Amino acid sequence: MGNEAIALGAIEAGVQVATGYPGTPSTEALETIIRYAKSGGIYTEWSSNEKVALETAVGAAYSGAKALVTMKQVGLNVASDPLMSLSYIGVKGALVLLVADDPGPHSSQTEQDTRAFGHFANLPVLDPATPQEAYELTKLAFELSHEYEIPVILRTTTRVSHGSGDVELGTSDGMEAGMEAGQIKPVAWDFEGFTRDRRWTIFPRLTAERHPWLEGLQVQLSERFSALPYNTVSGQGKIGIMASGVSALYAKEAIRGFEDIFTLFRIGTVHPFPEKAALDFLKGVENLIVIEELDPYLEEEALKLIGKEHLQVDIYGKKDSFFPVSGEYSVDLVIDGIDKVLEAVGIASRLSHASPAVLREELPPLPIRAPTLCAGCMHRTVFYAFKQAAKQLRKEAKAVQAPETAHAEQTSEASQKVQAVQTDTIFSGDIGCYTLGNAHPLNMVDTCLCMGAGVSIAGGLSRTNPEAKHVAFIGDSTFFHSGIPAVVNAVYNEADITLAVLDNRTTAMTGHQPHPGIGVTALGSSSKAIDIANVVRSCGFEFVKTVEVESLAECVEAARVAMDFRGPSAVVFKGKCVGITKSDKRCVIDPELCTGCGFCAKQLGCPALALPGGVGEGGADNAENSENADNEENAKREKPQILDNCSGCGLCAEICPSGAIKTEEVLR
Amino acid sequence: MKFDILIAGVGGQGVVLASRLLALTAMKAGFHVSTAETIGMSQREGSVSSHIRIGDEISGSLIPAGQADLLLGLEPAETVRNLAFLKKGGQVIVNSHEIPPASKPPGSPDYDPEGLLSFLKASCPGLLCLDFTKLAGEAGTSKAANVAMLGAVAGTGVLPFSKETLQAVLEAEIPEKYRAVNSTAFERAMEEVSGIC
Ligand code: SF4
Ligand code: SF4
Repeated sequence: MGNEAIALGAIEAGVQVATGYPGTPSTEALETIIRYAKSGGIYTEWSSNEKVALETAVGAAYSGAKALVTMKQVGLNVASDPLMSLSYIGVKGALVLLVADDPGPHSSQTEQDTRAFGHFANLPVLDPATPQEAYELTKLAFELSHEYEIPVILRTTTRVSHGSGDVELGTSDGMEAGMEAGQIKPVAWDFEGFTRDRRWTIFPRLTAERHPWLEGLQVQLSERFSALPYNTVSGQGKIGIMASGVSALYAKEAIRGFEDIFTLFRIGTVHPFPEKAALDFLKGVENLIVIEELDPYLEEEALKLIGKEHLQVDIYGKKDSFFPVSGEYSVDLVIDGIDKVLEAVGIASRLSHASPAVLREELPPLPIRAPTLCAGCMHRTVFYAFKQAAKQLRKEAKAVQAPETAHAEQTSEASQKVQAVQTDTIFSGDIGCYTLGNAHPLNMVDTCLCMGAGVSIAGGLSRTNPEAKHVAFIGDSTFFHSGIPAVVNAVYNEADITLAVLDNRTTAMTGHQPHPGIGVTALGSSSKAIDIANVVRSCGFEFVKTVEVESLAECVEAARVAMDFRGPSAVVFKGKCVGITKSDKRCVIDPELCTGCGFCAKQLGCPALALPGGVGEGGADNAENSENADNEENAKREKPQILDNCSGCGLCAEICPSGAIKTEEVLR
Repeated sequence: MKFDILIAGVGGQGVVLASRLLALTAMKAGFHVSTAETIGMSQREGSVSSHIRIGDEISGSLIPAGQADLLLGLEPAETVRNLAFLKKGGQVIVNSHEIPPASKPPGSPDYDPEGLLSFLKASCPGLLCLDFTKLAGEAGTSKAANVAMLGAVAGTGVLPFSKETLQAVLEAEIPEKYRAVNSTAFERAMEEVSGIC
């Protein structure tokens, strides 16, 4: 896997300290280093967030150590504060940032482009196309960082980080054999250590002094990059193609059989832009096609260069809609783009697609298979509990209001409107598996923005929608990542919100990494577990309750009381992630008692509950209907089934209106 | 030489493991390999697919439309979903075992596995269709349906490497605890298919 190749590249480069925060598609890089950490003598940690991870690595690099920090693209936003300053300060040992972008996006909030970030921060960016290149460019990143005393960004995309392939490892002693045995030679802990120097303390004056150095470095690096073998030209055609990352491979495959009309310029060191190499290439072509995912970064660099040098080259890229401005690219999409260009420049040849067995348009309609919370996931129980609690509160509020409004002679329309919202609850979500609570039929996430935002957004919503209840769901890892400042703010500014912590004791979404609440470090040794309820209490929340997610009724009760509380309140729901725990229970439906109403399946959307006719639309609250139905009709209805993946959480048993679901012990 | 394989299924069916086993075997046989897997959100009941590109040259890991030589479908709807990747005359092996979607978002078409299987039969000559989940279950665990399907592929003889190489990788990669069940599933599927082919 590309991420593993990066880890091996870092190990071969002599990495001594590696930190990070999990984020798809970057996670496996640090996970791999962790595997070799003990035998390799490498200090590794999962930090509480990306900013902390970077700052930790910075401390190491100030001491002359070689450090790596890993994150996904949105993690770089969190780490951008230290990073922007660090550009001026620089480092001593080496500092490499692995930042994984996610065109598509497959599992991210944004389609941001880290190449552009490098440009913004004045930092070098390397952009590999394959796991092999990822391995080599990681080593290069360490060399450059050490030599120029500047942090270097290794930017990948999903297809590189999560792509696998054969990688030829370097020749440093015992590397390959050691890898296979899971053992590597321990890295020498041979750096100088921290020495006091005014260069480590940023001040306006120091920044003013360093800025010219930083700008000068851009020119130096651009020249150096132009001479590197990671930027290659192939072919002699009059139409130039410029590409970086995996797009370069798509381009190569797209023009197969037509190589003579094209010249392909592949760029591995994208920032600072290797101007000299680009100029040599551009001088040999008449037209230029730029193929890149995400931002038109190369396209803009090429435009600048062509303008500066007064070259007679026309550019075709994203800016004139020859290629899509967003989304992930593919060979087929590149073929379409190039064909459009060929037409525009009046060349008769056309690249051709392969003909598939069946055209996409001819496929029969297929059901949407959206990702869902696992069968027996504690989040489902908590979401459902809040749904019920909100309903109960709404009913209570109506009961109180009804007599009042009846007496009120004239109720203005405006106040009626307010009352319509009054009893409502707004649910703010956050980033993690539990974002899936937004899906049908739970529909329990009304907002989701970025890590840790739910709590503060709920606070903001409470200012503008004071009649509504405000609940913010946050996972345990996200709480430590960036939830705490929002908790402090809720107390400080007296926000009337309910914090619902979904504590399943792992960072589930990214593959179950430990975090500060668990009491286990990245290496598996024990450390002090930080108790979320205590944190919230010590910040000044006056209502804090901890509930083990075992019975729905208890969760509903806790949710209701917390929502009813005036001022910030919190419930920490503790449960297990079924992704990593084995259950010895499962539920069964008694066909004698089951009326076939399908309420369980429709309400919960649990993947272990199947309705033979498929789970119908709606998932409506139509339990009442089922109770009215007579027995004869019930007998005809097809009954739901509980499948093998049931983990016996008992949620469906608790809501079944006929008491038809029982829990039993099983041997697994 | 180039041989492109697409494996499709539902999160939790072991698409990624099957892909890894095929990729490792191809590497062992001396080819370049690149694979693309959808992992992440798709762990949870979503559609999962893996592209495996085997050849003399390194290429981008996503198979272009109409180029897959082999489509391994662990579930009928996911097989159909990826059919446009299959080249004309490519081989399809499908697991007839149904997995209904866990929820039905408004507007999502009905799940009709029988209809999908007959569509596959009509549009893919030489289709191999079996309940591999059942077959694996009989061999010891229905979870080994992915490995059973690899057995079936080996049985068809379409792969650019020998079934012995594949079996050796299986032996090396599958933890001892599960090895016996997986081998049985592999062999039974292989025999079953050899009878048909
Ligand atoms: S007990 Fe019910 S809700 Fe829980 S996992 Fe099993 S089928 Fe799903
Ligand atoms: S992996 Fe864990 S947290 Fe995520 S949906 Fe499954 S049970 Fe829930």
